[in-house]
Amino acid sequence: MAMLKVEVDGQGLEVPHGSTVMEAANRLGIFVPHFCYHKKLSIAANCRMCLVQVEKAPKPMPACATPVTDGMKVWTHSEAAKKAQSGVMEFLLINHPLDCPICDQGGECQLQDLAVGYGGSASRYSEAKRVVFHKNLGPLVSAEEMSRCIHCTRCVRFGQEVAGVMELGMIGRGEHSEIVSFVGKTVDSELSGNMIDICPVGALTSKPFRYSARTWELNRRKTVSPHDSLGANLIAQTKQDRVLRVVPLENEAVNECWISDRDRFSYEALNSSERLTTPMIKEDGHWREADWQSALALVTKRLGEVKAARGASAIGTLVSASATLEEMHLAQKLTRAIGSENVDFRLRQSDFSADGKRVGAPWLGMPVADVAALDRVLLVGSFLRKDHPVLASRFRIAGKRVQQLNIIHSSDDELLMAVANKAIVPPNELPEVLGQVVRAVAEKKEQPVPSAVAALEVPDYARKIAASLCSGKAVGLFLGNFAEQHPRAAELHSLMQMLSDLVGARFGSLGQAANSVGGHIANCLPGAGGLNASAMISSPRSAYVLFGLEPELDCADSAQATKAMRDAEFVVAISTYAGNATEYADVLLPLAPYTETSGTYVNCEGRAQAFNAVVRAAGQSRPGWKILRVLGNLLELPGFDQESSEAVRAELGAQSGWAARLDNRVNGLAVSLGSGKSHALQRVADVPVYFSDPIVRRAESLQMTRDARPPQARMRASVAQKLGVSAGDRVRVKQAGEVALDVIIDDRLPEGVVRIAAAHPTTAALGAMFGELSVERA
Amino acid sequence: MLSAESLKKIDREIAKYPADQKQSAVMAALVIAQDEKGWLAPETMDFVGGYLGMASVAVYEVASFYNMYNLQPTGKFKLTICTCLPCGLQGSLAAADHLKSRLGIDFNETTPDGKFTLKEGECMGACAMAPVVLVNNKRMCDSMTNAKLDTLVDELVDRIGKGA
Repeated sequence: MAMLKVEVDGQGLEVPHGSTVMEAANRLGIFVPHFCYHKKLSIAANCRMCLVQVEKAPKPMPACATPVTDGMKVWTHSEAAKKAQSGVMEFLLINHPLDCPICDQGGECQLQDLAVGYGGSASRYSEAKRVVFHKNLGPLVSAEEMSRCIHCTRCVRFGQEVAGVMELGMIGRGEHSEIVSFVGKTVDSELSGNMIDICPVGALTSKPFRYSARTWELNRRKTVSPHDSLGANLIAQTKQDRVLRVVPLENEAVNECWISDRDRFSYEALNSSERLTTPMIKEDGHWREADWQSALALVTKRLGEVKAARGASAIGTLVSASATLEEMHLAQKLTRAIGSENVDFRLRQSDFSADGKRVGAPWLGMPVADVAALDRVLLVGSFLRKDHPVLASRFRIAGKRVQQLNIIHSSDDELLMAVANKAIVPPNELPEVLGQVVRAVAEKKEQPVPSAVAALEVPDYARKIAASLCSGKAVGLFLGNFAEQHPRAAELHSLMQMLSDLVGARFGSLGQAANSVGGHIANCLPGAGGLNASAMISSPRSAYVLFGLEPELDCADSAQATKAMRDAEFVVAISTYAGNATEYADVLLPLAPYTETSGTYVNCEGRAQAFNAVVRAAGQSRPGWKILRVLGNLLELPGFDQESSEAVRAELGAQSGWAARLDNRVNGLAVSLGSGKSHALQRVADVPVYFSDPIVRRAESLQMTRDARPPQARMRASVAQKLGVSAGDRVRVKQAGEVALDVIIDDRLPEGVVRIAAAHPTTAALGAMFGELSVERA
Repeated sequence: MLSAESLKKIDREIAKYPADQKQSAVMAALVIAQDEKGWLAPETMDFVGGYLGMASVAVYEVASFYNMYNLQPTGKFKLTICTCLPCGLQGSLAAADHLKSRLGIDFNETTPDGKFTLKEGECMGACAMAPVVLVNNKRMCDSMTNAKLDTLVDELVDRIGKGA
């Protein structure tokens, strides 16, 4: 397409058709003052701050909303432009309170900065200023001083366009305009914190951070989110060795300029009183504080005793999937050096039949940035919005263009994006439905139908999904967390592989945790004869090394995991929080969380992101790699003399080689379909966004949100009717154990299922995340 | 929430726009909802939002933008008098004062007996016939002298007496 010539402040350049004056100026590095313009949001042109002078235009034009025409001449700092800008500034300040000294935004406020540049030193306005009543938007976003709002509507547009849900709006007219949520509602989006960042004034501020520090007192350090597989880039703002706030670090290839509320507000847990800050030893049933030396000596002695009495294979190591690459590497090295092959990080997985048949490390199958360029997508078994909040926004924005999203899942959750076709079925039927799609695609493409799916009927929805996938040029097939945790995960994986071969699509898994790919790179997996995460629980070991997890909440079968820990002869929990480990562990070693250690996460696209500690470790807690290294030394094992986390990482070879190890293919896996149907009630278990790992579980403000409400027994109205219960009733749910829950009617679920969240203490007794259960009135 | 009859009317409005732009019917839908309920309670706006597939807060934006939507319950008769500049120059402020003293209420208030609500209106496009009073958004009365205002109020009181 033809380029347009434009001259801004005397500098010429060529821009593509459709560019705005603002974009042209930005490309030249010329700053045009603005409030409502945001590069990731639609153009509103309502603040008028970006007025510039354009040749032959009779009046100043807003740079953000004026398209460049060929030969256009623009002056951003001419007398006329400056006069227009300072006039707008004067109007903006008429109603803006002069309360900068007590405003949380003071020092990082766009209005304050621009008022210095473009405003007068005194006000000509002496009449009364308008007052806007404060609002309650929930526990995360504070709207206590809405008089400060300048009505740029960035927060409203963010909700509509990025978060996908319009929770804020501007009511009234003229001087009576104000930003509100709908009567009595709070802002519940899992991305709501971004509104705080984009608010150019101090109207929307961070509730947990309010009045705790001034922006200029804070140190800024880069880090990486430990909460989901995207690995959002973060800036931790610290003061006196405490993280006081977390904001996004812009990285177009990963998180753009957004982060989820989980990434943003989980830092509260880092300063929590529940932190384990000294090594602890249990003696005669009582806990006492200990020094590192005696705690580690005890671990060495007890592990040695277990090994001597029952062999090394009686020892099992479970590692959190949000442990760093270095920690995972040393954990597996230590376990193997002791002589045991029992080490795993895939804690919520229940089907391991693909082990040994994988070609490489499972990953997203493409760079994150490519997701937006896909025109057809199939998503199997994913609570996308809650599991991957920021990644979901990429799908959402792509969905507004040409992307067609097809869903196969066990709950029709509101994704806040357009869904072209969907099949919502009980968990045990997922492989069959995917098989039906494989068959439908094979028929449509006139390819031989794979024998595994030959016996399946092809219902209408499968045909529609197949038609959608076959009509695409860039097709992506993704397995979500639910699919990976599924008891027939390997079959789902094989079917996806068949489908990708037939369609010519890329396929991958969204990834369950910050370092799910890293765990494979570090080979934190059981070797020949070793037990995987599930087997270590179902055939209990005598001794466990727990690294950064709470087995009763983080394992696929919480009930069995709890029992295995209680029955074990010796448990050492290397953990940031003591939690329930006090009930079953024998030694507690305080582990430094991600902000207090250096390390590396490999995100879902295989991007290795290294980070340094942003604050000193609290109390006596120590980085995980140091704890494991010293343990290796005390056990007199070879190869534990690394001086730094970089030295640990170096043992994994050159980073450039890691990319070559990413491969989703699985060879020689049998698929047997057709046996799915069952008449018993099935459990659908999600991992709620604010219970997903030990850190978020202790983040106070996140725990007050709607997403953190305790689990209920959700079911369709028809299921409730069959059971003779109705909304609000208390019911007894029996699986491996029994719990009492309240009934919620949720017609987004299929027939024959009850949705009960996992990873929460109130449902831990139920056991496995998948399986049959019974429900009766309490 | 809304009667079948109202929903039928709303459906008729929706049919005027392309199928994927149902929210274009929001103003008409709010008028219909207000006619039935008398005012737009949050639940009503929520319902209209759900019916048109738009966010409740977006409905609220529209409802709060225009004067003729009632976000609070009103009396049996809502009298809106235009106080914009042309009307003001032609005596609408005095007419408003007369109404205020006759009814014993100020703008945005309702008489204790629940019969009348007085509202300040924006231009109704009848500046030549000022002062202008609008009864319940539907009936326009122009050139309102004090005598005509009294007659209007008497007539409305009378209608309430007859169970209108």
